[in-house]
Amino acid sequence: MTAADSLLVHASGLVKRFGDVEAVRGIDVGVRRGEAFGFLGPNGAGKSSTMRMIACVSPRSAGELRVLGMDPQRDGPRIRARLGVVPQQDTLDNELTVRQNLQVYGRYFGLSRDTVRRKAVELMEFAQLSDRAEDQVEPLSGGMKRRLTIARSLVNDPELLLLDEPTIGLDPQARHLLWDRLYQLRHAGVTLILTTHYMDEAEQLCDRLVVMDGGRIVAEGSPAELIARYSTREVLELRFAPGHQRDALPVVATLADRVEVLPDRLLLYTADGEASLAAVHERDVRPASTLIRRSTLEDVFLRLTGRSLVD
Amino acid sequence: MAHELTAPPRPGRGDQTEQRPSPLLRIVPPGLYAGRARMLVERSFLVNRRSWLAVVSGFFEPLFFLFALGLGFGTLVSTVTGPDGQPMDYVAFVAPALLAASAMNGAVYDATINIFHKMRYAKLYDAVLSTPLGPLDVAVGETSWALLRGGLYAAGFVVVLLGMGLVSSAWGLLALPAALLVAFAFAAVGMAATTFMRSWQDFDLVNLAVMPLFLFSTTFYPLSVYPRPLRIAVECLPLYHGVALLRGLVTGYVHWGLLGHVLYLVLMAVVGLLVATKRIARLLLR
Amino acid sequence: MDNASAAADPGGTPAVARPVGSVRAALLVVEGLWAWYRRNWRATVVSSVVQPVLYLLALGFGFGSQVRPGEATQGLPYLAYLAPALLVAGAVQNAAGESTHPVLSSFKWARTYWGIIATPISPGQLVAGQLLWIALRLLTSGAAYLVVAALFGALTGPGVLLSLVFAVLAGMAFSAPLVAYSASVRDEGQGFNAVFRFVVVPMTLFAGTYFPVSQLPVWVWPLAWVTPLWHGTELARAAAFESMSPLPTLGHLAYLLAVLAVGVLLTRRQFTRRLLV
Repeated sequence: MTAADSLLVHASGLVKRFGDVEAVRGIDVGVRRGEAFGFLGPNGAGKSSTMRMIACVSPRSAGELRVLGMDPQRDGPRIRARLGVVPQQDTLDNELTVRQNLQVYGRYFGLSRDTVRRKAVELMEFAQLSDRAEDQVEPLSGGMKRRLTIARSLVNDPELLLLDEPTIGLDPQARHLLWDRLYQLRHAGVTLILTTHYMDEAEQLCDRLVVMDGGRIVAEGSPAELIARYSTREVLELRFAPGHQRDALPVVATLADRVEVLPDRLLLYTADGEASLAAVHERDVRPASTLIRRSTLEDVFLRLTGRSLVD
Repeated sequence: MAHELTAPPRPGRGDQTEQRPSPLLRIVPPGLYAGRARMLVERSFLVNRRSWLAVVSGFFEPLFFLFALGLGFGTLVSTVTGPDGQPMDYVAFVAPALLAASAMNGAVYDATINIFHKMRYAKLYDAVLSTPLGPLDVAVGETSWALLRGGLYAAGFVVVLLGMGLVSSAWGLLALPAALLVAFAFAAVGMAATTFMRSWQDFDLVNLAVMPLFLFSTTFYPLSVYPRPLRIAVECLPLYHGVALLRGLVTGYVHWGLLGHVLYLVLMAVVGLLVATKRIARLLLR
Repeated sequence: MDNASAAADPGGTPAVARPVGSVRAALLVVEGLWAWYRRNWRATVVSSVVQPVLYLLALGFGFGSQVRPGEATQGLPYLAYLAPALLVAGAVQNAAGESTHPVLSSFKWARTYWGIIATPISPGQLVAGQLLWIALRLLTSGAAYLVVAALFGALTGPGVLLSLVFAVLAGMAFSAPLVAYSASVRDEGQGFNAVFRFVVVPMTLFAGTYFPVSQLPVWVWPLAWVTPLWHGTELARAAAFESMSPLPTLGHLAYLLAVLAVGVLLTRRQFTRRLLV
């Protein structure tokens, strides 16, 4: 009971196959109560398949999975009653009003009419949609629809909120507003599991995350741990006229833990960017411009999953 | 036609139209029309080439009606009063009307639901209007495609009528262009109406307009069935003019009055096309 | 239940969600569809109520004025002969409309089904609710049609109330397999045109609505017998004209119920297959 209590989601050797294609190839994941957990990975890495299995709408092909201490195969409805789901594509009813979307959805959870009426008011407030309550959903902006989808996923006061690419296609203002709402939820003790392509989003929101690639987990840890483990503290970027970066490569190769060659620049992964830059100048390499920055999750991500397109 | 489709666009073509402007180009403000409506017809052809079966299937609907009326209704009612006041065979009476009605149905369907989908969801015309083509190209091109398709159906139907011996005079051959005129008039008005639609729900209103036209425009029984005031109302309906025109031609009861029907339909087409162009410009070129 | 305390929404009141029984779940789906319908009913009135009434006017009165009562119309005026049959034809046409684009859209464009199965409601319960909703729509549209037909004096007696039940049954026997098909459609629904053109329209023309099937060539008869519309029409006319006899009635009923049952099973399978991948 204690294990089930602290681990809201527990997967071991979890596999999802579609015909011959193995989308998820045996992953082990444990999500603790109250944390914000992220799945990172390129398209086709198996994130969404995993999320759908956790949401109890996709039967697993092999392995073990417990959600809220129960088996999704057997207790799907009981688990779903305590989950909130924000799917990648909105599933709002475009021909209903904002308020009706919340009320109708709440009723699917067996909530009383009084409760859904009250919840709808609270959630519209929460999602800053109160002044659009009686508007039909279809003409709303992408940001508003996304906010409504998130508000709707909270109608049953879920213990666990699953967000699949929650801020995809949103402008920066809308993203920050959404993040703000997600912080509030986390603060209130809701466990969050999210997938994202945006590394800044993962760094902002996640306590812990896994990087998936080709259906497997290739790294796991907090954003800081991952940066420490798979990257250096700083990155020195040396920019050249396209093509000339290769001439400098042999000269600077020994100045960093790792050097990456891009079409117009070299990336030197190093603990101390200033020192490395001084060394570069000493060796008489004259790049067109230079930049020293902190390592980000994006560096980790690209290192782990490669720079080439996956699709 | 097929080889022209696969050939790359010839750059000289546009210049040529500028040298010899078509009548439309002379009366329409520049920007609305580039004289390349043909391109949209080609696009429709390419799209439909993949679903040719669906296109061909449209030919069967009026045939089903014809057989049902011939086999079933025809045994309930053997003769009715024809356009010349003489009793005539029921199937021969109803067949030309079915031709007119199916021309209307096909044109309205093409010009409303299809156009609405392309305008609202597929955003096709936004892409088209970001090229030299203008809204009138869109209006003319899409209407022409609807006509080509309707023309194929009409031609097939006329062949069936000939085969069944239901065409009693050489005037009957004019049924084909007449059916195209009916289709053109309804396509133009339908397209104009589509530009006013706010959501798919408004299409029920299209149904509300088309179905009574189909049922009450003397398609299935002669005008004499109606009491006098209703008769005048029916005579105002656009499909009534289509039915009367085709029935006159196919049964060989040809008189000057048929020109009145033609005029009605031509006016309808012109007004519809002008309104549609104006509205597309307003909706898309803001 | 610790979820009420653990879960929270800033400043919110805790809501206690729980899985509900199957019947209740299906009714909740119906409630959701009703919420939609309350806003959008205007868009369906023409096709569901006005259409059969207009057909009754044009063909019952207009065309009927040219028909002399005889053996083919069971000795009745054509209007009276046609009225109960149009009830069934209307139900089947409505069923076709409700079972095609709205279903595909809920999978594909609006994606509302995906939203529903993320809640405690299961695909099977969703199917039950969706089909129940269609049945209710057929029932209310049919009732509205009967009221108008009665005002026109087209009805022969109270037996039409039983005809209404048969009409809904025939409509559902057509709807359930069609919903299963719609749930299997992956493209934009181009196949629906073929369904309407080659199934719905010929069915309404040839399956006994406007004239007895016996007036058609013999080889067409079996095609008419396969359709739920023909069985429903036979039942509805017999009920309306109070000429029901036990054996044919049982036969027609058995056929319609069997088709309905198969349709429901197929629908459940398709929904589960598509939603739980």
